[in-house]
Amino acid sequence: MQNPYLPYPVRVDDIEVATEDKSLKTFKFVFLNDGDEKKFAYKAGQFAELSIPGVGEIPIGIASSPVEKGFVMFTVFRAGVVTTHLHNMKTGNIMGIRGPLGNWYPWDMLEGKNILIVGGGFAFTTLRSSIVYMLDPANRSKFGNIDVVYGARTPGMLLYKDELIEWEKRDDINMHLTIDAPAEGWNYNVGFTPPITEEKAPKGDENTYAIVCGPPIMIKFTLPVLEKLGYSNDHIIMSLENRMKCGFGMCGRCGIGKELVCKDGPVFTLDQVNQTPKEY
Amino acid sequence: MKVVIIDKGQWAEDLEGLKKSYQLFGPVGEKDYTVFKTLEKGMLPDFSTLNTRLSPKSIVFPQSEDILEFSLDETREDHHIMKEVKKDHPSRAVFGIRPCDAKSISLVKLNFDTAEYKDPYWLSAYEATTFVGLACDNPASTCFCTTAGCGPYHEEGLDVLLTDEGDHFVAKALTDKGETLIKTAGWATETEDTFKLKKKTAESKITSAVETGNLENLEILDLHGATFWDDISFACLNCGTCTYVCPTCWCFDIQDEVHGKSGKRMRNWDSCMFPLFTIHTTGHNPRGTKMQRVRQRFMHKLKYFLDKYNQGIMCVGCGRCVRQCPVNIDIRRVCNLMNSYKPEDACAAQE
Ligand SMILES: Cc1cc2nc3c(=O)[nH]c(=O)nc-3n(C[C@H](O)[C@H](O)[C@H](O)COP(=O)(O)OP(=O)(O)OC[C@H]3O[C@@H](n4cnc5c(N)ncnc54)[C@H](O)[C@@H]3O)c2cc1C
Ligand code: SF4
Ligand code: SF4
Ligand code: FES
Repeated sequence: MQNPYLPYPVRVDDIEVATEDKSLKTFKFVFLNDGDEKKFAYKAGQFAELSIPGVGEIPIGIASSPVEKGFVMFTVFRAGVVTTHLHNMKTGNIMGIRGPLGNWYPWDMLEGKNILIVGGGFAFTTLRSSIVYMLDPANRSKFGNIDVVYGARTPGMLLYKDELIEWEKRDDINMHLTIDAPAEGWNYNVGFTPPITEEKAPKGDENTYAIVCGPPIMIKFTLPVLEKLGYSNDHIIMSLENRMKCGFGMCGRCGIGKELVCKDGPVFTLDQVNQTPKEY
Repeated sequence: MKVVIIDKGQWAEDLEGLKKSYQLFGPVGEKDYTVFKTLEKGMLPDFSTLNTRLSPKSIVFPQSEDILEFSLDETREDHHIMKEVKKDHPSRAVFGIRPCDAKSISLVKLNFDTAEYKDPYWLSAYEATTFVGLACDNPASTCFCTTAGCGPYHEEGLDVLLTDEGDHFVAKALTDKGETLIKTAGWATETEDTFKLKKKTAESKITSAVETGNLENLEILDLHGATFWDDISFACLNCGTCTYVCPTCWCFDIQDEVHGKSGKRMRNWDSCMFPLFTIHTTGHNPRGTKMQRVRQRFMHKLKYFLDKYNQGIMCVGCGRCVRQCPVNIDIRRVCNLMNSYKPEDACAAQE
């Protein structure tokens, strides 16, 4: 069996500033060794440990999609030691990636269902992965309606803006983009994510699932809205974060009750979250 | 399996002989305490202490261990590529591990040896080791092993069990590994299995107990919200002694260390008693208070582990944390409080 602590060596292939305030960058990595990309086979919703030798490792959601080949992509907010080192990297630098880790959005169960995606701020990474996956020609027919509510402070703080605009133009996905306050040239919604969700999102029913990712404050105000719209707790899917080290359930730090966020999660239904101590 | 006599007159010589085939570990006096160490040439294990101050968990799970290595020297082809630190453990044997400590290793194995992931470092050390236990005929007042899923003659996790008969030991092989060690040592004089009787006597000397029978029937959220946690944690200093000395605590941290152009990634023991264990970069800490951390330790040991593995509690009753806690926080009291907890009472109290 493979050593779960040992990262695959990768080369930084591309770095792009992702938001106007430059606090987020999107990194594309290419595996150095033949065969490693195959071994890294992942599903939308999983994460990986980005590993900088001599600095440390951080858990980051995989922003590329399983249907995109030849690279893996992550979007990282500059927060502390490792993320700052990452922001200072140059293309061509060598580092490591460990994973894929954790569970994923329940794709088998979601087949044949309508999907509502609600995202806020920079927690849109694994949601992007999910949308690209569902929109892939080989997969689109497996899902019913797809609705996306995505909000950020300003237009320049929305991640993956080019793609968002492309999706706006399609008729097989309903985009509901929103920003906090009116801005010049902005033709979409204005307002916080929860009220826009209330206004635009489809009603909840047996065949409709909501996937919600965002800052704690957004989650806090979005959950009551979803409840009002008729989404039951086992139809609301979330992705939790806790401080992590190993990422595969051994170091003991990310526990919420008997569940470990890294291995039993990060994806949980609201129903499951409600049955664990609130220690995230 | 074989039961043999080991003449104490031959003991030193026999162990010296074994050192040709095994790296031996055993309890050794160090300052005022006894610790498990490698037995160098001429050194004998000291069987006079019941429970060493630190548990022998470090033999398979060192307090600090290199796991990966790398070079940052850009003139090298392999710079910034991490490599596994290979562990070529020779055959090793621990002499005088107590049955509770041996059982703890089999509990910890549940964490490091799973269907999806295997910890290569823990497992290679574990697999290279033969565990030669020493039964406890005179348990301490803080030992509560018999109600914590083991006992003074408990065999789980052991390859050989020794019992002291005055001028000789009787050794019982429990596994093939144990048979091999006995054969290698040349211990061939077979004798009768007297363990059953001695076991009864030893068990009857254990006076301390915990009650665990009701833990599985309680809900996690009820226990988590119980009213006694503030009281239990009140005096705790969050010093981490309890987790440090405990044979069943396994939580760890991963850190990088660089010297010049080369570096290594290490894993080090960590503790749920420390705020840094869980603090997010945002400053938010899901277990930011002392009470939350104390609760985590006891809930993990006495409820989460039990629910997750259905193998009893994550405590073997060695009594180390009870004896060494500077403010006398006692897991036996906590366990009994949890076991007898009635969520109805809490609701009534709140009304
Ligand atoms: C499943 C998951 C997915 C995530 N996805 C993303 C993402 O897509 N983009 C993004 O920008 N951020 C993401 N994060 C948060 C990101 O992991 C933290 O911002 C990052 O670990 C901070 O590291 P640092 O070294 O810069 O900060 P420091 O405070 O210097 O952290 C030191 C160490 O503490 C640990 N740590 C601290 N905070 C966290 C935390 N919140 N979560 C996990 N470990 C932590 C890490 O091991 C880190 O190396 C995710 C977290 C999780 C758990
Ligand atoms: S040894 Fe006692 S004081 Fe120290 S952390 Fe443990 S319970 Fe608290
Ligand atoms: S919790 Fe205390 S008594 Fe139980 S195994 Fe750990 S140190 Fe021993
Ligand atoms: S990060 Fe180590 S157990 Fe979850």
